[in-house]
Amino acid sequence: MLRYLIRRFMIMIPTLFFTSAIIFTVINLSPTDYFSNYVAELQAQGEKADMSRVEFLKREYGFDKPPVERYFLWVGGLLHGDYGYSFEYQLPVKDVVGDRLYLTILVSFSTILFTWLIAFPIGIYSATHQYSWADYGLTTLGLLGLAIPHFLLALLFMYFANVWFGLSIGGLMDPQYLNASMSWGKVRSVLAHVWIPVLIIGTAGTGAMIRTVRANLLEELQKQYVTTARAKGLHPFRILIKYPLRLAMNFFISDIGSILPSVVSGAELVAIVLSLQTTGPLLIHALQTQDMYLAGSFLMFLATLTIVGVLISDIALAFLDPRIRLQGGAR
Amino acid sequence: MNALPPSSGKLVHYVSDAPFDVQSVKRLTPEQERVYLASQWRLMWWKFKRHRLAVVASLVLLVLYGTIPFSEFLAPYNGSTRNTDFIRSPPQKMHLFHDGQFVGPFVYGKDYRLNMTDLKRDYTVNHANLQRIRFFCHGDPYQFWGLVPADVHLMCPADGGTLFLLGSDRLGRDVLSRMVYGARISLTVGLIGISISFLLGITIGGLAGYYGGWFDLLSQRAIEIVHSIPHIPLWLALAAVMPVTWSPMLVYFGITVILGLMDWTGLARAVRAKLLSLREEDYVLAARLMGAGTPRVLFRHLLPGFISHLIASATITIPSMILGETALSFLGLGLRPPVISWGVMLNEAQNMNVVALYPWLMLPVVPVILVILTFNFLGDGLRDAADPYN
Repeated sequence: MLRYLIRRFMIMIPTLFFTSAIIFTVINLSPTDYFSNYVAELQAQGEKADMSRVEFLKREYGFDKPPVERYFLWVGGLLHGDYGYSFEYQLPVKDVVGDRLYLTILVSFSTILFTWLIAFPIGIYSATHQYSWADYGLTTLGLLGLAIPHFLLALLFMYFANVWFGLSIGGLMDPQYLNASMSWGKVRSVLAHVWIPVLIIGTAGTGAMIRTVRANLLEELQKQYVTTARAKGLHPFRILIKYPLRLAMNFFISDIGSILPSVVSGAELVAIVLSLQTTGPLLIHALQTQDMYLAGSFLMFLATLTIVGVLISDIALAFLDPRIRLQGGAR
Repeated sequence: MNALPPSSGKLVHYVSDAPFDVQSVKRLTPEQERVYLASQWRLMWWKFKRHRLAVVASLVLLVLYGTIPFSEFLAPYNGSTRNTDFIRSPPQKMHLFHDGQFVGPFVYGKDYRLNMTDLKRDYTVNHANLQRIRFFCHGDPYQFWGLVPADVHLMCPADGGTLFLLGSDRLGRDVLSRMVYGARISLTVGLIGISISFLLGITIGGLAGYYGGWFDLLSQRAIEIVHSIPHIPLWLALAAVMPVTWSPMLVYFGITVILGLMDWTGLARAVRAKLLSLREEDYVLAARLMGAGTPRVLFRHLLPGFISHLIASATITIPSMILGETALSFLGLGLRPPVISWGVMLNEAQNMNVVALYPWLMLPVVPVILVILTFNFLGDGLRDAADPYN
């Protein structure tokens, strides 16, 4: 087990390295950069750009150096907690992201939790009642959530909440708490708002999850040990809980790592429509304005989160399933 | 088997004189024989048929894809024909009866008035203005398949009338026609994307699963890396790289390539996992002992074992590409307006005004939902059928 853990950790290091390299490359792929856009924009407005300042910033952030060197500067900064500087906001990335990070984590985790709570019972039911009308109905409902584009659902939600209930559901908290420090009122306000994005983002994940649970469980239910257990007179429910469900869970645990990026991606569009104070809109804006350190550091953060998620799910799998642990962890 | 003699009294020595058939126990009924002798694909078809929704879904998809070659003919207008007098006209209902009398399919014309208080265009139905829909008629001219000039449509508005069954958009273009044209792009984005990811997935996953070793390790890390970067930001960054000077068609191919490049990981994983378990099978060893080379083992013996699984999982990923296209177009980074796709149409439906005042502009979401649902059902059915020996 220890050998497996060490091996797994060692593998993570090159993964992180290459991920950062890819992110850096992708962000630098564009032929223009923030400064040239900035200068061009100012000139288009008939204003004169403060070239000395631009030159200073360019030097400060190593734009005169080759990209490879710049990359190592960036990664070196990341390693000791310096996430770089946002050109757009003229603040360190850490301060720009600030509170939004917690809200993003809150929204993402509530969404995942919501998805599991809904999808598991439905998936189990559909698998045990394959081809029944309830199976068709429930899977269709789940798929409907998958099929409706998020942004449209958010838009409709916003409109009808306003028309029918007179609710304003944009944002993640009441406006007066926006820049306020933490207080009970703020927490309550956030909790009162968070369920809407969770519901909207969760719909898609639920559909996919129902299908995964159903398919995996169905595969297990067809195996002979289930027939044996039934022939020996075990109660069907007990069989289900004791054997096939546990095996079907394996797949589910290995999925924990990859669920995060999809939740984050889905959340971005919804966050834009609902104007949530999460990181999604910030990131998209940063990508559009080529605010490279903000975008890059943030993407790197999300990627790291996922890689760690995969690591956790691998370790959990190894704990739960001796076959993986003994085979040295080839998945 | 012959019946035994009656068991009354003492048993006498008895030998049945009927010829003994050794196979009698093993013989199959014709019904069983049919099942046992059926080929793999036939078994799959039988199993697929049991998933009723999947059968319906495949029919719906066939119809939808069937419209692609005939968009110009099926749409009442051309995709970019502007009717400047009828901007954001609400849908016209199709009627059959006028004043209790049967007149055949027709629509009522609309009277237009600019509401001077809020500058909104008000359309009122004019019940005196009866416009019969013409069928197999001459309408907007087009180049059929870009080659043959033609102007025949399945249906067109009455002379001097209009036919906006699903309303018109902010330039007075018919939403229904645009939806028909949009199917071309939106339905094929997924196909081209999936071909790319299929190719990548099978090659990389296949090599990794069959050879293992360092290539396996490397590809596993690559998959993990691609997987760990959230998709939408990556799309965004890649879409931003495409030069603005590219023609809409090039952008379309760029987008499909991006969608495909992001999507192969799941498939590669599935291929690898299947190969890992299949390459240890006895029949593979047998093939190798008989002198089959690697390509032959791979393609002749291993691939048929799981190609059906691959097709099933590919079917399920097509919808995510279609949704990806709408998401990118929503952000304004996907396809651009001269191109008609459902995503581009929805891009115009993304503000509150539309929801409140012109809800028919959101109608392109209906085919999106329909296609995604049907692909999912089809994929489910295929997956259930993929392993027919259960």
